[in-house]
Amino acid sequence: MHNLWVFINRYSTFFLFILFFGGSIVLVVRNNTFQRANAINSSSEIIGSIYQQVDYFKGYLSLNETNLALARENAALRALLKSSNYDDKVISNIARDTAQQPQYSYIQARVINNSVNQKNNYITVNRGSKHGIKKGMGVISSKGIVGIVLNVSENFSTIQSLLHSDTKISASLAKSQAFGSLVWGTQSYDPQKALLKDIPNHIKVEDKEQVITSGFSLFPPGIVIGTVLETGLSSGSSFLDISVLLNNDFSTLRYVYIIVDRFSKEKEALEIQNLEND
Amino acid sequence: MTKLLLENILRFILLILAQILLFKNMGYYNLAIPFPYIMAIMLIPVRISKGLLFLIAFLTGLTIDAFYDTLGIHAAACVTLAWVRIIFLNLTLQDDDHDSVSPGIAQMSFRWFLIYVFILSFFHHLTLYLLESFSLNNILSTLTSILFSCIFTTVLIILFELIFYRRKKR
Repeated sequence: MHNLWVFINRYSTFFLFILFFGGSIVLVVRNNTFQRANAINSSSEIIGSIYQQVDYFKGYLSLNETNLALARENAALRALLKSSNYDDKVISNIARDTAQQPQYSYIQARVINNSVNQKNNYITVNRGSKHGIKKGMGVISSKGIVGIVLNVSENFSTIQSLLHSDTKISASLAKSQAFGSLVWGTQSYDPQKALLKDIPNHIKVEDKEQVITSGFSLFPPGIVIGTVLETGLSSGSSFLDISVLLNNDFSTLRYVYIIVDRFSKEKEALEIQNLEND
Repeated sequence: MTKLLLENILRFILLILAQILLFKNMGYYNLAIPFPYIMAIMLIPVRISKGLLFLIAFLTGLTIDAFYDTLGIHAAACVTLAWVRIIFLNLTLQDDDHDSVSPGIAQMSFRWFLIYVFILSFFHHLTLYLLESFSLNNILSTLTSILFSCIFTTVLIILFELIFYRRKKR
């Protein structure tokens, strides 16, 4: 026993190192298993409020661009209003359409922390469970897809950005409607480029063709994600790898919309039955 | 003694703030990302007890982790840094004259400090990047990032040292 104590004492540096290093590794591994559902991250109250204060000052620096982007989006939305369509009907027949229920509604949120040059990027926004946000909801901005809600606290939530190696989004080509999955970080860590995988070889892909959401996952169909930059990167035998230039500039992201899908629960419950049948 | 303690605490807070508010947004296409906050661990006085040094390093890493959403990775890297620091100081400082001072250009020599900073930040970045990628795919690009980030961090720390601690020499 005495010898053991002498041994430990002699190499105490090494044992201390093993102790603390082991502790850190346990944190890393646990954190990955539980999908980062931990108290220590930027959706926690203290750190979220620090980031909010910083953002409050940073917001002044980009007021012009933000106003411009919002005005542009307003104009685009105004163009979608019924009143801005040319009406050539002589007799107007007002009938309330009860068949059309809105499936998606949107919660507006402000980005208070963001990163683009990590290997796995996260975004913190100033809306939380108090405002009706739940884990796993999709997030978009006026220019395209942003990511998926990862953690929610009372007033803040963190978003797993599209620029994250675990993010996978169902996307399709606008003309051929062929769908694949959009991933980031497999070949390069350029915040402007993503990779569209699993498009079959026989599909003709045009240069600069638009890439849109397919509507199979959390996002409403038809949201523009980006344009085709390069084709013919073949990963294997029968699938194309397409390099996509993202429409969204993640480094200047200010306002995002969190998508609330009314039927997501019903859809999930139905699709789980398929798995059970297998 | 109190002055030394205050100086270390202030340096710690300022470096952490600089890291999360300024250097987090800096980076050259993921090729070189600076982490100058490790200077706070490097400049702790030589005669600190091992246990306390490891504890401070662990807590520093954990603080950075909270802001980077990478729980445990920076903590592990900082603990490695503390270990390498103890070994390096044991190997290079045999005499007892340096016991009560902080490592620095004024107290040691410029060459010694440069090697000290480079080796310590190299081991920190090595642990950090290898844990972050957690695989041997793209090992070449990871190693390039480690080397360039290490140079970036070293240059920044040497600059800080020259700017803030030069006057003490008189």
